[in-house]
Amino acid sequence: MNAPETIPRTIPAPPDRAWPAEGNSRIPYWAYTDPAIYAREQQLIFGGRSWNYVCLAAEIPNAGDYKRTFIGEKPVVVTREADGGIHCFENRCAHRGVQFCQKHLGNAKEFMCPYHQWTYNMKGDLIGVPFMRGVKKQGGMPADFKREEHGLRKLKVAERNGAVFASFADDMEPFADYLGASILPLYDRVFDGRELEVLGYQRQLIPANWKLMFENIKDPYHATLLHVFLVSFGLFRADQPSSVRMDATGRHGALISWKAAVASEGDVQDMKSFQQLKLIDPLLLQPEREFPEFTVVMTTLWPNIIIQQQSNTLAMRQLITRGPESFELAWTYFGYKGEPAELRMKRLRQANLMGPSGYVSMDDSEVMKFSQDGIRPYTQHEGVMEMGGRDWKDEPHMVTEGVIRGFYDYYRGVMGL
Amino acid sequence: MNYETLSPRELRLEVEALYGDYAETLNDEAFEAWPAFFTERAFYQITSRENHERNLPIGLMRCESRGMLQDRVVAIRQTAYYGPRSIRRLISGVRTHGWGEGEMRGVLKATASYLAVETLPDELTRVFNAGKYIDELVVEDGALRFASRICVYDTLLIPNTLIYPL
Repeated sequence: MNAPETIPRTIPAPPDRAWPAEGNSRIPYWAYTDPAIYAREQQLIFGGRSWNYVCLAAEIPNAGDYKRTFIGEKPVVVTREADGGIHCFENRCAHRGVQFCQKHLGNAKEFMCPYHQWTYNMKGDLIGVPFMRGVKKQGGMPADFKREEHGLRKLKVAERNGAVFASFADDMEPFADYLGASILPLYDRVFDGRELEVLGYQRQLIPANWKLMFENIKDPYHATLLHVFLVSFGLFRADQPSSVRMDATGRHGALISWKAAVASEGDVQDMKSFQQLKLIDPLLLQPEREFPEFTVVMTTLWPNIIIQQQSNTLAMRQLITRGPESFELAWTYFGYKGEPAELRMKRLRQANLMGPSGYVSMDDSEVMKFSQDGIRPYTQHEGVMEMGGRDWKDEPHMVTEGVIRGFYDYYRGVMGL
Repeated sequence: MNYETLSPRELRLEVEALYGDYAETLNDEAFEAWPAFFTERAFYQITSRENHERNLPIGLMRCESRGMLQDRVVAIRQTAYYGPRSIRRLISGVRTHGWGEGEMRGVLKATASYLAVETLPDELTRVFNAGKYIDELVVEDGALRFASRICVYDTLLIPNTLIYPL
């Protein structure tokens, strides 16, 4: 039906799922495993009042182009209409629920469900129902059946400088307001209006709860400890200038760092894995200063996207949930149209640090699996998040888990926990 | 041996022998011996079928020299954090496509299918990655070496991580 579904701001929490009394400095392990919590997240977070990343505009540049993707676990299609407008609707036939679009990317004039050939235009309106008035005056839909009442479920769409977001809520605030004054400049830093060009995709299925991915990218504490590659090759150190930043609600966050001339050995002594290595082929790590001020900005936007600017690698990391204990991480690497060939090569080389085989990211994917494996049998236990205090606020350093606490502060509000 | 004068059948047997050595080297985790299968300026990439078919340049691994392959090995041995695993590569359907001409003189094109299965400590062996090798081979110091090996995988969704080369 076209009528908007009512999206509740919250629903009563399950009585046996009370958040620990310590508040945001504790994460109960059931939050990563409970199917009821997961179902609630689908309804209230991904299906709720949020702008979900769906694609880059550069993936669907021409009229009729479409991309098939997911919001939470709900399949959706994003389309480019003849007038240039972008639309997003559920990939679920209004008749019997068939997921009619099966290709990741393509071009079409219309979508036809293969089962009974119900046909939709690129805006998601139902334009054809075979035998609607019957055959030889027999059968057919009831006389009061109206095609316009049986279109696909449409989502609200927002585009800002080349990235596209969609929402199941009809009354979303404008996207810029949603990001807030502190995060918006970080977003606009990468999406500055230049035309984007997709450089490739990576997809991985990570056997862990989706929130562990956000925790990982909101956690600067682990960066110099887990990621031996970063430290060994001199890319990152705990004494490097850095900061963490959040929006006013805590739902979005950013880890920011920049290169400085420094280096005393004192502060790195806690890093047991510290050693100096040299690349045999140094071409891999010859970043060029591309953006002002900061060299690394990892931005996490509620509820499904990480915007990566790590030196010269730019990527969207989209979270697609696949049950409480599994999510797909879909990477879309990009650059700017017409950029110098030398800069393009740096992006391709530095991509070796990221993704399922990335010198840095592979550590994270492995650790998320081991987190889930450790958590699974202990639903009555909880994680401790006290590095940098028990509250959450912007900090001029990386020795904090405050961004994770900010995330859960907002999460608990949405989830009624 | 003059590889260029071998009959197609003899040449295919030589390439099959090379692929067998290559697979066993990686299956046995003798990673230090892996870069020697490649020329000094070799290109090695693992990429998905969706990227390959659209000419999108980013894959999972990209090495532009034997040195970069050696750096991969250093990461696997010294810097990367990952759980224990076995990866077994099975190669079949080896085909050679003849020696190149002009600029490609001395370059033998060859392709094969591969299947990699993964075994994790608490799990059953599973299909990990399936795909196609697209290779360019040259003769160096009397032996066939890879000037280029592109592993194009069908398995779009990587089961967590791909640490070891294919």
